[in-house]
Amino acid sequence: MALLEVDNLKTHFFTREGVVQAVDGVSFQVEKGRTLGIVGESGCGKSVTALSIMGLIPKPPAKIVDGAVVFEGNDLTKYSERRLEDVRGRQIAMIFQDPMTSLNPTFRIGTQITETLHRHFDMSKGAARKRAVELLDEVGIPRAAERLDDYPHQFSGGMRQRVMIAIALSCDPKLLIADEPTTALDVTIQAQILDLLERLREEHDMAMIIITHDMGVVAEAADEVAVMYAGQIVEHASASELFGTHEHPYTEALLGALPQLEGEGIREGRLIAIPGRPPDLVDPPEGCRFGARCPYREQDSCADEPQELRQIRPGHWVRTAHPASERGRMPEAVRT
Amino acid sequence: MSVPGGNGTTPDGALLTVTDLEKHFPIRKGLLVERTVDHVKAVDGVSFSIPEGKTLGLVGESGSGKSTTGYCILQLIRPTAGSVRFQGRELTELKGEDLRKIRQDMQIVFQDPYSSLDPRMTVGNIVAEPLQVHGMGTRRGRRETVRRLLEVVGFNPNYTNRYPHEFSGGQRQRIGVARALALNPKLIVCDEPVSALDVSIQAQILNLLKDLQRDFGLTYLFISHDLAVVRTMADEIAVMNKGKLVEVGPAEQVYLNPKDEYTKALFTAVPVPDPERQRERKAERARLRLDRIAGI
Repeated sequence: MALLEVDNLKTHFFTREGVVQAVDGVSFQVEKGRTLGIVGESGCGKSVTALSIMGLIPKPPAKIVDGAVVFEGNDLTKYSERRLEDVRGRQIAMIFQDPMTSLNPTFRIGTQITETLHRHFDMSKGAARKRAVELLDEVGIPRAAERLDDYPHQFSGGMRQRVMIAIALSCDPKLLIADEPTTALDVTIQAQILDLLERLREEHDMAMIIITHDMGVVAEAADEVAVMYAGQIVEHASASELFGTHEHPYTEALLGALPQLEGEGIREGRLIAIPGRPPDLVDPPEGCRFGARCPYREQDSCADEPQELRQIRPGHWVRTAHPASERGRMPEAVRT
Repeated sequence: MSVPGGNGTTPDGALLTVTDLEKHFPIRKGLLVERTVDHVKAVDGVSFSIPEGKTLGLVGESGSGKSTTGYCILQLIRPTAGSVRFQGRELTELKGEDLRKIRQDMQIVFQDPYSSLDPRMTVGNIVAEPLQVHGMGTRRGRRETVRRLLEVVGFNPNYTNRYPHEFSGGQRQRIGVARALALNPKLIVCDEPVSALDVSIQAQILNLLKDLQRDFGLTYLFISHDLAVVRTMADEIAVMNKGKLVEVGPAEQVYLNPKDEYTKALFTAVPVPDPERQRERKAERARLRLDRIAGI
């Protein structure tokens, strides 16, 4: 049994403008000790998926209208807020994009680390403080004991993210959800944080979900990748499959639109932009959600039909009528 | 003053030459009587030149001084020392009307298309404003120019009476580019122009900037923290760290064979979308001891 099974999750936002179908039928599994990368552009539903797992979506306006989040055999969507609080932080921990806004600026970081320890364990003040020092030490903060009494603003962005990671690790969770953990950081700092996350994932035998818009970060950190578009997973495969033999036109387009760091003749070339914009999720198209932007759509057919996620190879799922490996059979579609 | 080359470039073909540029911000202390205790050397002896029609990519991490360099070139911030020669004229000595006039030839595109457009002005007025400020054309003429500019940047010219909030980030950045183009400038400083945009939209804007350069012979100072983005845009690249240029050269050369330790560290820190290649790069990164070079 997988550690986490998300099954047909639908999280909708009930707003004055209408029902935003932010997450619309998302399913995936995360095995113990593995890292799943969820990648997509803004508004694709990747963060709402993470918040739904944690039961952190703002209710109202948001509501999980369907589906299950099964963690170690228990459906978290059925849990009361009280029971969820025992899982959150203890079994599943989360770190966010901006470590400045996720730390409380008015409390010393020592207090913020021990707060979690006191919430979940019966621990003396002294023991919690000692554990806090160990944690800061483990995430690579020099002179950990002295820094315990510093405030968040006395740390740099990278150091603050290390503090957040220390808090997340404090209860030895089984699953760590990292939502754009390095987006606000410089690349040299990002590299160090990714190294740290990988080391800690191994040492603590955790599973990890890393949510990002950056294909490079996924390539580095994830064993498996789910690509999201307009509230749905459009492709899901192992990292090597996804980057090597991707099938979905959107994945293809996204990688094509990416500026390349390595190679030759890059300056002279043009990027392959994706025309148009993602659909409005208040009123998403009934047919294929990528249909309007897809270069392989045929007149009056596939773009008008809802596409189901199907397994094209063992462990490789795709939601399109025209996966790359089947296009040879439809040359007329490719020409349009 | 004589203008070599007729169109304002120096004999070596450079439209812009920056020499020993410095911007030191004072750190002041004291409540009633302020005194300067130290300086932040935001830009500390930066020199480079950009040939006409080419792009120089200025890369660096946050706080490296790359944006301040851009502002100092445009004289939006006055540099503490150094020279900025543009079209054969020394900008640091220009004031008032002279500076205003030469600003027609140098424009800027900002990072954040959400805060760089006045939310109370219509798209048409935003793009027309530079023309108005410089007293160009009649009202009707300006209206025509605005429509043409919006068409050039791929923005529907029928939307001139709408407001910025009605548009997405990519569309807003097109408005920003149209405004920068309005006065038919020679140099555009692009300060992180695609950093706030999603990949698919980013590609549209980068292609647009490439097309405009080709069609109008524009010269770009392209400021970015994103090394891959700079690679697609720049002919020359300058790497900045803590106010200083650590490496300058033809982009291809610097990318394929970086000399400086910091440049090397910066390049290997960027993750590439290829798991196998990324494993190799990670090993390289470990060898370079990033923490030593970039600080922990």
